[in-house]
Parts: sequence; structure tokens; C-alpha cells
Amino acid sequence: MSEGIRVIDASDSSMLVVFGDEISRDLNRRVIRLFHDLLTNDSPKSAGGRIRNLHPAYASLLIDYDPLLLPATELRARIQELIGQSDIASSDGARQAIEIPVCYGGEQGPDLPDVAQHTGFSPEEVIARHSSIEYTVYFIGFSPGFPYMGGLPESLATPRLKTPRTSVPAGSVGIGGSQTGLYPMQWSGGWRLIGRTPMRMFDPEAKPPSRLQPGDLVKFTPITRESFDAMVAGG
Amino acid sequence: MALRIINPGLMTTIQDLGRYGYAHLGVTPAGAADALALRVANLLLGNEENAAALEMTLLGATVEFQRAAIVVLTGAQVDCRLGSAKAPMWRAFPVLPGAVLKCGAITGGARAYLAVQGGFELKPVMGSVATLRSAHLGGVEGRALKAGDQLAVRHVDSSGVRGISRQAIAYLEPRRELRVTPGPQASWVGAEGLQTLQRGSYVVSGDSDRRGIRFQGEALTLPPKSQLITEGISLGAMQVPPDGQPIILFVDQQTTGGYPKVANVIAADLRHVAQLRPRDEVHFRVVSVEEAIGLLREQEEWIGKAFQIV
Repeated sequence: MSEGIRVIDASDSSMLVVFGDEISRDLNRRVIRLFHDLLTNDSPKSAGGRIRNLHPAYASLLIDYDPLLLPATELRARIQELIGQSDIASSDGARQAIEIPVCYGGEQGPDLPDVAQHTGFSPEEVIARHSSIEYTVYFIGFSPGFPYMGGLPESLATPRLKTPRTSVPAGSVGIGGSQTGLYPMQWSGGWRLIGRTPMRMFDPEAKPPSRLQPGDLVKFTPITRESFDAMVAGG
Repeated sequence: MALRIINPGLMTTIQDLGRYGYAHLGVTPAGAADALALRVANLLLGNEENAAALEMTLLGATVEFQRAAIVVLTGAQVDCRLGSAKAPMWRAFPVLPGAVLKCGAITGGARAYLAVQGGFELKPVMGSVATLRSAHLGGVEGRALKAGDQLAVRHVDSSGVRGISRQAIAYLEPRRELRVTPGPQASWVGAEGLQTLQRGSYVVSGDSDRRGIRFQGEALTLPPKSQLITEGISLGAMQVPPDGQPIILFVDQQTTGGYPKVANVIAADLRHVAQLRPRDEVHFRVVSVEEAIGLLREQEEWIGKAFQIV
């Protein structure tokens, strides 16, 4: 078994694989690797499956399974086997970042002035910095398609709103503390909104339903209000 | 169309056994809160176990049948009338075209299920018709049913109706003692914390729903400055926020969260969580994972033996 990894019974039907206790790209990469191995080979798809659901997070993977179809000892052995393998073959490959067009500021990013004021940059500098980084989707949680992304420069960190908005439009891109992300669906939320993408990020009819997957690389590309409107109109 | 909602009651949604395989995209399974009651309803009708039914909460719905159908009521006791006659529970019965089934107060639990033979004809979203209101997925437009909604029923030729014995039904009696296994952060409250949890009673708070059941009771003490980085949440996890009052995360919960989870309701007792009403008093008892799996096996053995062809 690989050092420092803990496999815990989170319940009688779920096992939590903990790789560490901090947020780091390295730990998350190991989480995503195990997640992919299980998703590809032990494909959870239905209520009647042996493995029913996988919940990757920053540094852990929760595996929801049916203990009557898949004995805990067998799952544990499978986890150990996969962790051992992926530690040997750990090539990530050269992955291409997914480009997400974003209309920054204005009606689409009402909190851009606040972020500028808090960080001491001009709004243009905030946009330039925010769109220059390649972010990693650590995992998707909170709501359908909502990516927890790593890579926001500390210089752009801005506290969340004191009172969350009751409705944030779908596609909104925001900063919450030292994280950045985007709201794939209309939802409530307390992040500072700096822009919006016209791209549909979550569509239950699409395969896969979420444009972003755990482990993806993401880059935001600034677009004008005119292109935003044109893309919204064009669907 | 075969069934029309005249009055939806307090909160009635379409539920099957849930939408699995998408937690990594932030989509929680939803599905029947009392999955056993739904499975029993479908087995009594000769349906597939996963067929969708109406999940009614605290106050039942009134529905009109536009076509003849065979229906069944399961779950908590619900006072339903078919015309002037009282509708039975746990037994399939026929309804004629034009019949109105009027369901009133749900007692002894929180949720009852109304299923029809053949099941409802609904378009699955990501493999399931379960309603997840927060994300507007499944069911009818991803929302609770309202007056005027019409549902199509799948036509079936064979009857396939089965019965369940009175003794078998006794197994379904609600429990007010919920068994839990220690959760991933059980050590945060320690053996003492788990003792606190088992000592007193906890009262179900009014702001409970399918996302979570909140309790009021002796607070659990968390270590100062304890912080957890966000991780996956399992169904029935007992989360403890800073105020120390436990919340059991349920079928519509988020897929990930950052509060410590000190215990987890065992799979075999999740149906009892579904039946908790505001102000109900419960006790918690810690059991081992092995015991919990044994109780789940017992439940599956029960369901395998409970039915007879009628």
C-alpha cells in the first residue's frame, strides 16, 4: 500500500480514500487518477451497480458501493491494486486546456470593481491576470457541474460577499476567497462575480452533461459584450 | 394521459430509486426517501422495482384517473378515499375511469407512495426520472407536482399483482432508534462524543427536508479551530456544524461538503430517516459496519420472501 493513504469506511456502503489533508495539485492528481481508473473499469451507472457513485474531492475520493454485491474486503483490495499501479504508471499526458469565453465586467460581472478595489489592480489588470492562468478542475461538487478550481493567484483573492445573492445567473464566473469558479446553473451564491460565459456548462441532455470533468485544465478567454450577445443568441 | 393531479398536497414529487453514476459531476442521486416502501409498492404491482411513483409528504395528493388502473399505497399510514370507500394500504386495488383518489393526512411517518401498475411514462434525465428540485432535474419539469399536471401511465397486459402478508408488513414498522456507524471524522468528537450522541434523545427540527434532517439535542463538542477540506458526503452522513447540533444529510444532499461527519445512519435504517416528522424524538445507537451490513442483508432477505402471487 502506498504510504500515507488511508482507506476508511465512511459508512456501511461507502469507502473514503484519503490521500492527504491539504489542497495541492499533487494530491489531487492522485485522487483523479484513482477516480478515472474506477470510472473506466468499474463504471458506476445505476442503482443496481456494485459501485454506484464516485465523489472525488481535493484530496480524497468517496466510493459509494453496494456491500452486498461488492464485499468491502474486495473493494479494499481493488483500491490498493489501483493505487499501486497508478503510482508506477503516472503519466498524465499532455492535456489541452478547455477554453471558456468570458465577458468580464459590466452587467455580466457586477463585482469586478470590488475585486479591483480589494486587490489594488485596475479592472483591466484583474481581467488580464484572471485570464492568463491555466486552472485545474480539482473536482465538481456543491451543485451540478460546479467546478472547484485551483490556480487562482493569491493576488486576486477576494473575500466572498457578506450576504450571498439569492440568484446568480448561469455561466457566472466568480472569485470566492482564494478560489475561482463558475456557476453552471442558476443558483444562490456568495462569490464575487467578475464575468459570465455564454457557454452552456451543464446540460442534462448532453453526454457528458457537464462541460467540465474532474481533472480538466481550464483557461478563460476574454470576449466582448458583442460576442457574448451573439453567442447567447446563437445558442 | 391517465392521471391528473387535482390537488398536490403539501409536497408531492415523482421519485424512482435515484440517479446514480453522476456524483462526480455534482449530481446527487435523489430518488425515493423511503426506497424500501417504493420497492414494495412496485413489487406488489408486478412493476420493475425502479419504476417511478408519487412521493407524498405529510399531506397526500388528490388525483383523478382518466383510465382504469391498478394502484397501490405504501409507506407511512395515509388516509385515502376512493369515492366514499377507504383505500387500503400495502394491497393493490383497481380504480375505474373517472375515479378520484383523495389522500389526506399522513400519520405515523412523513412519506407515503402512490404507485400505478406499468409505472409512469416519463422521459428519464441522466438515466432516472427522480425529481431533484434544487437542480430542476427529473419528474415533471424538475419540480414538485402541482394541480393540473397530467401523467401518462405505461400500458401493461399481464396483471402480475402480488400480495404481502400481515407478518411481513410488521417488519416495516417505523423505528425511532436509528443505528449509525462511526463516520470519517468520528475521532473529532471521540468516544465521549459518540456517548453523548447515544445518551439523550434528539428532536427533529421543523426545517428538515429531503436535503437533510436537522436535530435539536445535547450538542456535540468539536475541537477548537477544527477545519476540514471539502470531501465527498455519503447518504445518511451525520454532519456536525459549529453549533454542535447534528444534521443527517439525505437523498437531495450536496455531493461534497466541508463539515465533519461523525457518524452515518446504516443503510437498513435510511427508510426510517425518511419517515421522521418534525418534533419526532429519536435515539441513536452506534453499531459496527459488519453489523450494519448484516442488517442490510436481512432486509434484502425479507424483500425476497415477503411476496406471494395472488
